[in-house]
Amino acid sequence: MNLQRRTTLKTGASFALIAAAVSAGVLPTSAFAQWNKNAFDAKTLNDVVKAMGGTTAEKSGDIAITAPDIAENGAVVPIAVASKLANVESIAILVEKNPNALAASFDILAGTEANVGTRVKMGQSSNVHAIVKAGGKYYVATKEVKVTLGGCGG
Amino acid sequence: MSDPMRIRAQLKDGGITEVRVLMAHVMETGQRKDSAGATVPAHHIQSISATHNGKAVLSAQFGPAVSQNPVMNFSFKGGAKGDKVTVSWTDNKGGKRTDEATIS
Repeated sequence: MNLQRRTTLKTGASFALIAAAVSAGVLPTSAFAQWNKNAFDAKTLNDVVKAMGGTTAEKSGDIAITAPDIAENGAVVPIAVASKLANVESIAILVEKNPNALAASFDILAGTEANVGTRVKMGQSSNVHAIVKAGGKYYVATKEVKVTLGGCGG
Repeated sequence: MSDPMRIRAQLKDGGITEVRVLMAHVMETGQRKDSAGATVPAHHIQSISATHNGKAVLSAQFGPAVSQNPVMNFSFKGGAKGDKVTVSWTDNKGGKRTDEATIS
């Protein structure tokens, strides 16, 4: 049992009540999950997995990372992650060579598809990892993205 | 305080609602220096939560590595046309914003 997930679900439930009572725009910050500072400060894949409460991440072929092979602008790299694993609880996007590896993490709640996307910054060509937590275990997939700064697509 | 989010929620085949959110935010990393050599302090979105008719469907945490004016897409089951999708974010300086869209 993941305690943090329990709390998230509880706050989610109370959020619904508050939202019904209070008009939009004045929602309390307590409705949000606590920002996981340790995970966002971690430098490597293994440290991030540990900060998220796991031990190691197993390689999986059921996770698809959609990202360009060559990104011409490292400030805006579109990355999408989809997973076919059962009972997905969260998806995290990591850029290996950034100062802090973790870029974003998503908690997948009941009814939500295990398919999310966003855009991240990349300082240089690097491996992009997707960590998927499914059924209490951590899985990882990796894709290399080259960043060209010259703009010649080399 | 900040510009409104642009949220588009569309009902697709198979009862899946696709949501795309564009948030207006500087997403300052805290690594950059200004012309005087002083570090620009980090200022980025930390937490995002999305609800469908008051029921939480997604919560996300962003680090400073997410691009300026972040885009986020996700999809969930159980939406119907006319339902409300609400997205809220908070940043590391206490800024926050909530916006709402109708599923079309």
